[in-house]
Amino acid sequence: MRLLTHNMLSSNIKGVVNGFPLRIEAEKVLEKNVEMNSDFLKKMFEKIEWKAFVEASRGMGYTELPEEADSSMLDSDEFLNRFHHALLELHLEEGALVCPETGRRFPVRKGIPNMLLHEDEV
Amino acid sequence: MASRPERIAPPEIFYDDTEARKYTSSSRIIEIQASLSERALELLALPEDGVPKLLLDIGCGSGLSGETLSEEGHHWIGLDISPSMLDIAIEREVEGDLLLSDMGQGLGFRPGVIDGAISISAVQWLCNADRSSHNPRLRLKAFFTSLYKCLSNGAKAVFQVYPENNDQRELIMNAAMHAGFAGGIVVDFPHSSKKRKEFLVLACGQLSTNASLSQGKNEDETRLSDDDSDSEDEENQTVRNLDRHRHLKRQKKSKSGKGREWILRKKDQMRRRGNDVPQDTKYTGRKRKGRF
Repeated sequence: MRLLTHNMLSSNIKGVVNGFPLRIEAEKVLEKNVEMNSDFLKKMFEKIEWKAFVEASRGMGYTELPEEADSSMLDSDEFLNRFHHALLELHLEEGALVCPETGRRFPVRKGIPNMLLHEDEV
Repeated sequence: MASRPERIAPPEIFYDDTEARKYTSSSRIIEIQASLSERALELLALPEDGVPKLLLDIGCGSGLSGETLSEEGHHWIGLDISPSMLDIAIEREVEGDLLLSDMGQGLGFRPGVIDGAISISAVQWLCNADRSSHNPRLRLKAFFTSLYKCLSNGAKAVFQVYPENNDQRELIMNAAMHAGFAGGIVVDFPHSSKKRKEFLVLACGQLSTNASLSQGKNEDETRLSDDDSDSEDEENQTVRNLDRHRHLKRQKKSKSGKGREWILRKKDQMRRRGNDVPQDTKYTGRKRKGRF
């Protein structure tokens, strides 16, 4: 699972008001090279919750992202490269996602988070 | 469809390791899935600005439909309830991210982040109650409301569905309408029982029902002319909205008799399906003399 997906995911357990962001517990992180598309990055930048994104990338062991970011930084190639790497090239392979409100763990195996809820959580 | 997998077992059990492998190694299914997802992507009518979009593939299975999305350069997130299917997707090294998730429990995404959604042959599974805690109406509601929430304004969702009957079609459609979607059903190849495919085209945002319906119609007209040039022998497209009073109309017709026109139309229809049909002559549909 990439951080792109992580930044969109929130926990949808019944009764949880703020299920975002899911905390990452990383056991194994993979890197896969992907071609960069700056148009896509610029469009996604508007949708990304930056604070959660930085935190998640740190959880995955990538610390090059700046604490704060605004759209003017998108003109810098260096920033775009880092953004691209964190967003699309880092894969959480093994570990877990943890709901910030209830502490419920969603295990991640072979890159697939198991988001199935128990019957009493629906 | 002669046999319906929905009747056999719940999806996470039906698509076990062997069934999932069978599904993905059949060239016929691969071909069908590819053409269905191409058509769904076409109906999704994404803005053609060359910028890749973030799409959802609901019931992605082994990622056959997601491959079409990747080919167009889009990023996608696939959801499925069958771990075996997802394992095969991993083996096939699909480019999208995969989630093991049950669409009937609602989708856990932030509001307004997704640019569009497709789903190939999956939504009809929601009409089943596979466990005592399952209520199809509630599961459909959870699915459509959570989908509506996570789609961005003006985004569309296209579902290819195999509803078992009109009740199921209406159940799905009503749930979508209640969630706030506008849209209708597009039927490809309405006259052929084998090739007939239904697509639920839903729009999210300020479009009125009429606006999005007429949009569907226009798309169909262009599609029709496309196919004419390909000399396809099927009459391809009709757009229908669910109409509660349809059966009333049908009754009226049968009272007044069917007539020559109706017979000619039916014969034409059978010819297009490739059946042996007698010629049309002056005797076609003529009443017999009384003394017979």
